[in-house]
Amino acid sequence: MSVAKPVNQRAWWLVLPVLVSVAFSALIPLMTVVNYSVQDILSPSQSVFVGWEWYKEVLRDPELHSALVRQLIFSAAVLAIQIPLGIALALSMPREGWRSSLVLVLLAMPLLVPWNVVGTIWQIFARADIGLLGYVLTQMGFDYNYAQDPWDAWITVLVMDVWHWTPLVALLAFAGLRAIPEAYYQAARIDGASRWAVFRHVQLPKLRSVLMIAVLLRLMDSFMIYTEPFVLTGGGPGTATTFLSQYLTQKAVGQFDLGPAAAFSLVYFLIILLLCFVLYNFMKNVGADEQQGRSA
Amino acid sequence: MSARSFPGRRILLVLYLLFALAPIYWLVHMSLRSNEAITGAFAWFPESLSLANYVGILTDPSWYDGYINSIIYVTINTVLSVAIALPAAYAFSRYSFLGDKHLFFWLLTNRMTPPAVFLLPFFQLYTALGLIDTHIAVALAHMVFNVPLAVWILEGFISGVPREIDETAYIDGYSFPRFFVRILLPLIKAGIGVTAFFCFMFSWVELLLARTLTSVDAKPIAATMTRTVSAAGMDWGTLAAAGVLTIVPGALVIYFVRRYIAKGFAMGRV
Repeated sequence: MSVAKPVNQRAWWLVLPVLVSVAFSALIPLMTVVNYSVQDILSPSQSVFVGWEWYKEVLRDPELHSALVRQLIFSAAVLAIQIPLGIALALSMPREGWRSSLVLVLLAMPLLVPWNVVGTIWQIFARADIGLLGYVLTQMGFDYNYAQDPWDAWITVLVMDVWHWTPLVALLAFAGLRAIPEAYYQAARIDGASRWAVFRHVQLPKLRSVLMIAVLLRLMDSFMIYTEPFVLTGGGPGTATTFLSQYLTQKAVGQFDLGPAAAFSLVYFLIILLLCFVLYNFMKNVGADEQQGRSA
Repeated sequence: MSARSFPGRRILLVLYLLFALAPIYWLVHMSLRSNEAITGAFAWFPESLSLANYVGILTDPSWYDGYINSIIYVTINTVLSVAIALPAAYAFSRYSFLGDKHLFFWLLTNRMTPPAVFLLPFFQLYTALGLIDTHIAVALAHMVFNVPLAVWILEGFISGVPREIDETAYIDGYSFPRFFVRILLPLIKAGIGVTAFFCFMFSWVELLLARTLTSVDAKPIAATMTRTVSAAGMDWGTLAAAGVLTIVPGALVIYFVRRYIAKGFAMGRV
């Protein structure tokens, strides 16, 4: 497996269209935001260079620190629930026939709802007086009110996210499982491997690359969650569900000076980048050890 | 069969599907009722089946144009994203070249920019190019997050194809384009199916960029929906009906790619 890939500089030509198309829409906005972040923009024609000033201000902001802590807990919970649940679902899904098609279509539905509508559905769905979830919980004797109780609100946003995004993990894992050649299972059967052994030594290593994508996607997207909690709770009650992008938008809207908000955006971007980078390298090494262990 | 699944899998699947479908049921439920009924009292089932909300949307061009616009730019985006991501994913999977690892990770970093402040430079860029309020503007802007995703997913699937297959094909006298289309693409159908679905999905549900880059001619359905929020209160019924209708095209897409997802790896040659 670890035979080195051949060096071929002409492979650049295959990558070039991707590079151009992404850089076209990504680099100019990024540079513009960097430019905003080091200036005090008094009016469209008048701005003063302020250097690191906004960055210092942003890094000292206590509200940002608490939003960051809330965000980290939220994203950790998202990964801890959605990744195992998604894998379990992928293993449970029928592999052939009309049942498989039906389950795929039903499972994918939450993904296809525009994000503002996701918030709207849950806004009604979780209401104790007129929503299915809220009504059932109240009838069962729970004192549930996501609009007033911070804990209820936080859990509701988390459950909404699980509902919305677990199918993404499940679909990726399902496609990854389907890509495992039949011969691997036959070999495992001949060895008399248990279900767990098949999962641990055949399925999981083969799922490594799709799971890496799933983990990184869920990490970065949950870190930038905005529209759904904005519609559902507006960040409240209090600041219970004010995650980073909620706070950023509160700062950016109604301020004519984009400097501080731009500096905030870049710090925010670098935090996501750092977390993804650490996680990416961690998962790459775990996978590499696993493969060495098998060949040894 | 039994080696791949685990006990209790049916129960898990059924419970999860109930959880997944309950909010969808509530959306359909809302779409069939009037606003007074929705906010008035709880009901397990709609009192009467009224299609008034759907009729309202399907007979009003300012509503259904939103669906047409969304479908146009999402289709352009999906086709372009998958088409350019395929060769790049192959290059990343098979060769090492200057800066390959950095470039691969850099691609993904373009998905990590929090939108709030970045919307303004996007608007300025596409205004300067004269592309504002066109389908192509939204399709291009959405490539920022879809192309990296497509490259990452496809790279995983191509790396699952043993390298001996390429070598055998080249020895058999296949040229690169012929090998790519005739041999590689059929082997990674599952991956292409999933990738196309994800590109479709992320472009379909994205609201902030699509709304920023359009005003009238290319206005997406998700932006059209925001007008149900007005000073007179929420028009819940119409919003719910529009929501149900946004699920339909995507459900059709997954229905058509399901075979590729479920088919997996047709390894006839090994």
